[in-house]
Amino acid sequence: MGEAIVITSGKGGVGKTTTTVNIGTALALMDKKVCLIDTDIGLRNLDVVMGLENRIIYDIVDVIEGRCKLKQALIKDKRFDDLALLPAAQTSDKTAVTAEGMKQIIAELKHDYDYIIIDCPAGIEQGFQNAISGADKAIVITTPEKSSVRDADRIIGLLENEEIDPPKMIINRIRQHMMKNGDMMDIDEIVQVLSIDLLGIVIDDEAVIKAAHQGEPVAFHPHSKASIAYRNIARRILGETVPLQSLEEEKGMLQKVKKFFGIGS
Amino acid sequence: MSANKQRVTIKGTRDGLNIFIEDTCSFHEAMADLHEKIVESERTNDKQPVPVTVKIGNRYVDNEQQTDITELIETNSNLQVKKIESNVIHKEQALAWKEESEVKIVNRMIRSGQVLDIKGDLLLIGDVNPGGLVISTGNIYIMGNLFGIAHAGSGGDRKAIIAASYMKPSQLRIADYISRAPDYDSEGVYMECGFIDEKIDQIIIDRLQVLSTMRKDLSAFERRMFNG
Repeated sequence: MGEAIVITSGKGGVGKTTTTVNIGTALALMDKKVCLIDTDIGLRNLDVVMGLENRIIYDIVDVIEGRCKLKQALIKDKRFDDLALLPAAQTSDKTAVTAEGMKQIIAELKHDYDYIIIDCPAGIEQGFQNAISGADKAIVITTPEKSSVRDADRIIGLLENEEIDPPKMIINRIRQHMMKNGDMMDIDEIVQVLSIDLLGIVIDDEAVIKAAHQGEPVAFHPHSKASIAYRNIARRILGETVPLQSLEEEKGMLQKVKKFFGIGS
Repeated sequence: MSANKQRVTIKGTRDGLNIFIEDTCSFHEAMADLHEKIVESERTNDKQPVPVTVKIGNRYVDNEQQTDITELIETNSNLQVKKIESNVIHKEQALAWKEESEVKIVNRMIRSGQVLDIKGDLLLIGDVNPGGLVISTGNIYIMGNLFGIAHAGSGGDRKAIIAASYMKPSQLRIADYISRAPDYDSEGVYMECGFIDEKIDQIIIDRLQVLSTMRKDLSAFERRMFNG
């Protein structure tokens, strides 16, 4: 029996889709069977980020309205067999999906997959309600910006009313130097205000943008910082204890030598 | 038995004129006697209305009976009923009274978009986050951070206060007064309270210690009984 995890944030553009793809990929890399669901009806892009756009034949609305079987709509990832995607519809509108339909799909997927990761649309309307309706757990994404933290707080409040385990949080797009200078909220401050468990932190990394552009999850690249962060998060989801990534920027050899002589910063 | 014992007596005391109505006879009998008494003691030359308190002992009268008593007195004399005082109240009234006089303990976080609205005093164990709102008819005590909005004395009690372990509210509201955080980024304060300063006619924030002089009756039961 699998576990359904919804990735949500309230605010748009904080990295829900990227997080969904990369946690899914990282879990699949650890030999788990994973299915990703895009619930952003009308504005789908999970398939684009994964580079699977041209393989879509059926979508979630086709499944709910009985035009195809669930298995027919699932798209196998081109890199692993263990990773599948249920795409959102691009032509229908949000009313085509109901909370009941979502629950049924998730219950069916739970038989075949270890993890079902649901990419939630921005906002707190019906789309959000649908996305969380079948979930067992929730992960709230925020960035170190006030508006994003405020929306995350609102979302956590709404999740408290649902039959879901207390949500966990990922702080995305961290910029070390801005945080250090006090130009952004720092991690402790965010954790204190939201007072929920921190699942992981992800540094703002150009490799993420590059990977999305190429339709290849960043979690594949073994050396980028964001990739390591996503794989750490996946390990924490599996129950391992992994320390948080250090925020210190690694200094180059030249700077180290300069520092040794006391002339560098 | 006490045929000559009077059911209705009128007495002048230091606090003004009082009408005592015996509580063992029926309401009907009492009204008849009251009528008799009022008519016989009428003084026509006194134009000025005289305020009077009606004390009815351990008798319960409903609203209709109260108006009957008031009407009877005011139409037949120049007395003016200030108050009808009874030693007993209705059960419903007592429950409402109790609800408003209790300190409600709430143990949760108030997050953005959430509203906590209660009667009586509020003791919140947890934070009020930015965008969160707590409202009470009495005082608000917060063991935690106040970042959002707190509204004390929402029923109009200007004596209400707001106290918090850490205060950095976006707004404080007490009765019909509102104060907001300054536009510049300010540090919050620890262990402080907000209350209305009558002299400057606005909400001020000061150390918790000043409450012992500013609001002496803060913990008194009577205060809590009459708020809300």
